[in-house]
Amino acid sequence: MTKVGALAADAIEPLIRVRNLVNRFGSNVVHESLDLDLYPGEILAVVGGSGTGKSVLLRSIVGLLRPSAGSVLIFGEDLLQLPSEERANVERRFGVLFQRGALFSSLNLQENVALPLIEHAGLPRADAEYLGRLKLALAGLPPEAALKYPAELSGGMIKRAALARALALDPEILFLDEPTAGLDPIGAAAFDQLILTLRDALEISVFLVTHDLDTLYSICDRVAVLAQRRVLVAASLDEVAATDDPWVQEYFHGPRGRAAQTAVAAKDA
Amino acid sequence: MKSQQALQPGRVQIEGQRLIISGAWILQHYQHLRAEVVAAQRGVAQAGGAEVGRSIDLGGVVALDTAGAAVLIDLLGQDWLEQSDTLAQDLAPERRRLLQTVAATMSDSLIQTQRRAPLLLMFLAGVGQRTQAVLRQQWQLFGFTGLTLATMVATLVRPRSWRITSMVAHIHQTGPNAVPIVALLTFLVGAVVAFLGATVLQDFGATIYTVNLVAFAFLREFGVLLAAILLAGRTASAFTAQIGSMKANEEIDAIRTLGMDPIEVLVLPRVMAMCVTLPALTFIGMLSGIAGGALVCVASLDISLFQFVSIIKRDITLTHFVVGIVKAPVFAGVIAVIGCLEGFKVSGSAQSVGEHTTSSVVQSIFMVILLDAIAALFFMQMGW
Repeated sequence: MTKVGALAADAIEPLIRVRNLVNRFGSNVVHESLDLDLYPGEILAVVGGSGTGKSVLLRSIVGLLRPSAGSVLIFGEDLLQLPSEERANVERRFGVLFQRGALFSSLNLQENVALPLIEHAGLPRADAEYLGRLKLALAGLPPEAALKYPAELSGGMIKRAALARALALDPEILFLDEPTAGLDPIGAAAFDQLILTLRDALEISVFLVTHDLDTLYSICDRVAVLAQRRVLVAASLDEVAATDDPWVQEYFHGPRGRAAQTAVAAKDA
Repeated sequence: MKSQQALQPGRVQIEGQRLIISGAWILQHYQHLRAEVVAAQRGVAQAGGAEVGRSIDLGGVVALDTAGAAVLIDLLGQDWLEQSDTLAQDLAPERRRLLQTVAATMSDSLIQTQRRAPLLLMFLAGVGQRTQAVLRQQWQLFGFTGLTLATMVATLVRPRSWRITSMVAHIHQTGPNAVPIVALLTFLVGAVVAFLGATVLQDFGATIYTVNLVAFAFLREFGVLLAAILLAGRTASAFTAQIGSMKANEEIDAIRTLGMDPIEVLVLPRVMAMCVTLPALTFIGMLSGIAGGALVCVASLDISLFQFVSIIKRDITLTHFVVGIVKAPVFAGVIAVIGCLEGFKVSGSAQSVGEHTTSSVVQSIFMVILLDAIAALFFMQMGW
């Protein structure tokens, strides 16, 4: 599973390079000299307590939030410095799954997925909607879901549909903001497997913000812990779990952490 | 992906009994690929069907994504793919896996405690904050207007990105339904102006000039002003609520990350729609106001309709109409831009949607009256 892992750190050019990132809201400092890399082909999980700025980090990387200081390079480019046309070209190389799905409520699912295809690939509507249905199926939705509107769907289906939309333009990086939050454990496990399958089949890199320990143990190549306004440690799960930090120890060796660990160990055996 | 765009689009060649598949099978070339596959299928059928395509050469495939895979699967067929592990040895394992993954889905058809400060200090701080907020709002409005104009110019040269459907839909929502209320309101105000005029002018024995008063007032000012104020109440609020709830639902963020411009997608169609709707409603308002005045003249001032019309024909020049109607697109733009800008300022909660909706109506009515006053001064000085 650790196809790339920590050992590649020096050899391979990272897709995302965050250096000395500072994010400040008024007097509230969320990030201070934060460094983080994402390497091709890996699934990187970002964990941290509530309010440590995991989603803020994601938003600064995808260019929705202008950092107070520091640099964020994605595919070697600084999104906020690019003229709008080139920025759009970079933006279509990554897909974002928002926490609550962020599906367009006035469009049904296949139109949601078809929209970027019509806008960017210039496909006629019929072709785009066909590909839209294909992506929805790829994300594990039944065919009849394609004509439903987001308001008619369960949380799990919304997540899947949002994943399908994030995959619409065959992105190279997939950003997932708490993909399994609000899903039942079975649905969450299936979603984890889906991400793994898609990563392997489509050769994408995944940047994942999560609270879900099961997700960490079952699919992640590398884990970055956000604490004290920076990335405390970014390494393989075993190394992170061995880090001498009270929060990390509590997180990985608390009751839930142990349960997730034994579950994975039992499955592997 | 930049490098992929430069790649040769995918091709299918039939050589004897072999299918040779090469090039980039990616989204950018989707339609070309579809055509290529249809042609190849016809070619296979002509060359004898079943035997052709037993042997498939995929070595030349340089790029493959899900869209390309879907087309390729149409060509190769599910049966072939089930054996692809043994047959497609010349295809890299991850591409084979991609084909299989896509094929598998295709088979399924498809807060904070506050320390109380002294009252006087709180009052002063309040005044300061409000002043600052008003200034910031005006600053944002100028910036947003500039952004909208710049986007409009950039969009004008790219007819492909004109959102005609969206614009027509907004014209439909803002226009026809406002006609009855605009017509009724201006008709009543027209009648009131005629009564007022008649009462004052009677003392000078100049009742007949009521006609000029009504026509002057409605062509130059009231027609456009009343229509604009009504639209500010009806439409600016609607725009704020629409965009505000999209904002609350992260839909604006989604538009951004999908590489589209929210100004182009959401603001331009609304501004353009208003620029069509308001002049039309202004024209209706002018006619209706003059009709209201005419009714009062005929019914209680002993001025016949014929007299009324001939006085208008004699005394009122086209200039008055033009002075009134040219203001309409400007007011329309201001109302639409304020409505949209307030929508973008909404943050999450339903509360915020309400506050900004109120703010957009107040601001747009204020701006319309302010601009109208400036325009009136200007036109008077110019002698128009």
